Order: sequence, then C-alpha cells, then structure tokens
Amino acid sequence: MLKILKYSFYDLIRSRWSYVYFLFYLLLGFVLLFLNNDVSKAVITLMNIIIVLVPLIGTIFGVMYYYNSKEFIELLLAQPIKRSSIFLGQYLGVAGSLTLSLVLGLGIPFVLYGLFKSDAIFDFSLLLVTGAFLTLIFTALSFNIALSNENKIKGFGYAVLLWLFMAVIYDGLFLMSLIIFKEYPLDTFSLVATMFNPIDLSRTLILLKLDISALLGYTGAVFKQFFGTDKGLFISIFMLVLWTVIPIWRLSYKAKRQDF
Amino acid sequence: MIQVENLYKKFGKNEVLSGLNLTIDKGGIFAVLGPNGSGKTTLIKSILGMVVPNKGDVSVSGIAIKKNWKYRQEIDYLPQIANFPGNLKVKELIRMIKDIRQRPSDEQTLIELFKLDSFLDKKLSTLSGGTRQKVNIVLAFMFDCPLLILDEPTTGLDPASLIRLKELIKKEKANGKTILITSHIMQFVAEVADEIIYLLEGKIYFKGSIEQLKKKTDQTDLEHAIAAIATTPANA
Ligand SMILES: Nc1ncnc2c1ncn2[C@@H]1O[C@H](COP(=O)(O)OP(=O)(O)OP(=O)(O)O)[C@@H](O)[C@H]1O
Ligand SMILES: [Mg+2]
Repeated sequence: MLKILKYSFYDLIRSRWSYVYFLFYLLLGFVLLFLNNDVSKAVITLMNIIIVLVPLIGTIFGVMYYYNSKEFIELLLAQPIKRSSIFLGQYLGVAGSLTLSLVLGLGIPFVLYGLFKSDAIFDFSLLLVTGAFLTLIFTALSFNIALSNENKIKGFGYAVLLWLFMAVIYDGLFLMSLIIFKEYPLDTFSLVATMFNPIDLSRTLILLKLDISALLGYTGAVFKQFFGTDKGLFISIFMLVLWTVIPIWRLSYKAKRQDF
Repeated sequence: MIQVENLYKKFGKNEVLSGLNLTIDKGGIFAVLGPNGSGKTTLIKSILGMVVPNKGDVSVSGIAIKKNWKYRQEIDYLPQIANFPGNLKVKELIRMIKDIRQRPSDEQTLIELFKLDSFLDKKLSTLSGGTRQKVNIVLAFMFDCPLLILDEPTTGLDPASLIRLKELIKKEKANGKTILITSHIMQFVAEVADEIIYLLEGKIYFKGSIEQLKKKTDQTDLEHAIAAIATTPANA
C-alpha cells in the first residue's frame, strides 16, 4: 500500500492543483492576520471559510482524482497487489496531500506571526484538526460516490449534491424543525442532529471552544453544557473519527466486490 | 496450472458465463476463441481476479484465487484495451511497474525489438494506438512469469511488429510457459496455437487441437472451421 500511496502522492505533488490549494491557504492566512491584526479574530473568520470550503475541495478533488486515476487503478489490479491497498493508497494519497496543503498553508503564516506566543494556539490547533478531519471525511465520501457511479457526470453531480446538503440544506432543515417543533424540548434532538453532520459538528466544536456560544442562540446553553466539557469534546472527536472510518471501511468493502 | 470450476458471472441481467469448466495443466499455447461478447475477456479477468464471479472457483497453480493476490506474481497480463495513465511518460510507466513487481525484468531487449527508444520520453496520452499496444506488449513480456495471458495482442500492430510478436510468443512457449491468447485473427491463431478453447453461450463449446476441430466440423481451414462450429452439435 505504501507504494501506491507514494505514487499517488507524487502524482498529486506534481499537479498544479495541490499548489493552487496550498497557495490559497497561505495567502488567506497572511491576509487575515494582517487585516485583523488579531489571531483570535482571524481564527473565527478562518473557521467560517474552512467549514464550507474544505468539504467542497475534498469532495470535488476526490471525485476528480478517482475518475482521473481509473486507468492507473486498472493497471494495478492486474498486479500482485491487494485490492484494498490500491484503493486505500489512492485515497490516502489524495486526502494526505490535501491535508498537508491545508496545514502548511495556514500553519506557516500563523507561525511566522507568532502563534506560539499567543494563547490562541489551542483554538488554532483545533481548527486545523477539524479541517484535517473534514478533508479525510469528504474525500472518503466522494471516493465512495465515484466508485459506485461509473458515469462521471452523475458521480460529480451526486458529490456536489452531498456537499450542498451537508453544508447548506441540512442547516436549513434543522432550523425549520426547530421552529416547527418549538413547543417541545429539543435539546437532545439538536445535539443528535449536530452529531450527524460533520460540518455542523466541527462548527459547534470550534465555536464553543472560542467561547462565543451566545452566537448559537436558542440551544446555546445546552450545547455549552455538552460540548464545553471534556466529555463533550471527546465524544465529538469520536464522532468525527466514526465519520472518517465508516466511509473508508465502505470504500474497501465495495472495492473488493467491484468488477473492472 | 489453471482450474476453473462451475464459473458463473452475470452483469446485471446479462449472464455471460454460465457454469464454465476449464482445466489447463501443461505448458503450451491455448487460444481462447468465441464471438464478440462471448465472455473471453470476462473469463480472463475472472482468472486475474479483476472480475468477481457470482459462483464457482478458480485456482492457479493449485491455489484458490479467492481472497488471494499473491498468485498474480506468477502471471503476466496484456489487457485487451491498453488504458494507461495518460500523464506518465513511457519510461516512467515501465519503471513504476518494475518497482511494484520487484522481480528481474528484461525491458531493454523488448524496447529495442519494437523500436520504442524514441518514445520513451513521450507521454502515453500522445502515443498512437499501435505504439501504445507495443508498450502494452513490453509490460506484459518483460517479466519472466510461468503464465502469460494475452487478450488480443495483435490489435493495431503493423505486419513487421506482428512477426516480432509471433516470434516472441514462440520463444516463450519454448521456455515451457503456459500462454493463454484471445484473438479474432485466425491466421495468427493457426500459426501459434496448440489448442483451441471455444467459448459459446457461457460455456466451453469445444476444446481440442486444430486438427480435431477441422475433423469435427469437416472443414479444411481454421477460419471456416470456427465459422461452422456453432452450427455443429456439441457432442457430434
Ligand atoms: N464491466 C462490465 N459491466 C457490464 N457488462 C460487462 C462488463 N464487462 C463485460 N460485460 C459484458 O459481458 C459480455 C462479455 O464481454 P467480454 O468482454 O467478456 O467479451 P469478449 O468475448 O471478450 O468479446 P470481444 O471479442 O469483443 O473482446 C458483453 O456482453 C459485455 O457487454
Ligand atoms: Mg474481449
């Protein structure tokens, strides 16, 4: 698997897109720091961007890369390599290089700015950790979609729909149900609903760590009680891990049964 | 060498292989023939583990291939359609496959034989169909595996290259290898094959030497024998 990982990683490092992505974050980091002149505020703005953009890039990049490397996969399938190694190697190559672009692109400007002396270091690290999780999750989901759809246009469509649903529609439905059922106690419902969307989960996690739960309005207090504690943090991270592991597991399961 | 037992494969509602049995135990050249869409490539891919059968067992060198991948170390394969990563250069592709397989290889002789030197630095997406097929041939022949599977190796080759390919195949046979070939060029089959395996309606319809086939169908040349075979009762 390491060999496959190596080749797909090299392949991506050589491609223009990894650099564009890296430079974008580098620029974003520098601009935000110099506009805000305040690490904490920059972290909040960054969060708003990361929460939406990282899943989108992971999704699109994942689908594109899978379809582009179909020939490579076919070539490898006739070689003495385990099937799951081929797919996991490819997946880790994409997800790894995207994560690296994100972490380095944002990390460099913040380190240069003097992050280590600031007390925002924990918030910032949490931001990078959730960003990394979102990359892993959405790349895995998009690989699943691409593997199940021979037709590129369809696969691409489903992937974008998935992102749209998670990033936008889910929140809309969530808010609507809060309004419709406002007579009922909704604490548990909101908590669970947040858990089932990795984007919401990441957002909540960061916002509460930043101690601006007032922004969350209605359920803010309940959320703070839950996510604010170590137990809440632990459960949230655990959920993010689940969100990562389940699609990866399905990817390997599905790959073993596919005809090429 | 190869054992296929009661193999079934469906793609959706299209049943391609229905209870196919095949045993190949000694070396030599076996031509897998059959009309377009009769399942030749599907059979080959089932042996390679690229297609997952619905039912049945395949074993190579006595090892069941299910949940196994190491047996592919002993197989060289030439795919019918040479789909290569287009952004790689020819020599990068060769180097990569060598790195993955980690066994001694003899690509230099083959590159010279097929005059591919001037293409080594070209990207695969820019090659002509026939040149791509030559690269395909180099990749399939450069390792020294006991089992060689060639799916339509003649596609797109010019006459000079075709002659070289035939020589190459005969040389590998002389080395005692087992070679499985599909082709629709009967002249080529007549020249190289020791045994014919004819696929029809998801089963082996005929298996035997060219002589046996001619006698069975009452024809004097292979092309007519193959054309006539489907109208001859299987156990005549
Ligand atoms: N991945 C696939 N998905 C769906 N159907 C498939 C797939 N691969 C093959 N088939 C179908 O299986 C049948 C047999 O195909 P196969 O490629 O094995 O034929 P073949 O004997 O190699 O034909 P040819 O002489 O044209 O190479 C065809 O009807 C084909 O459409
Ligand atoms: Mg075929």
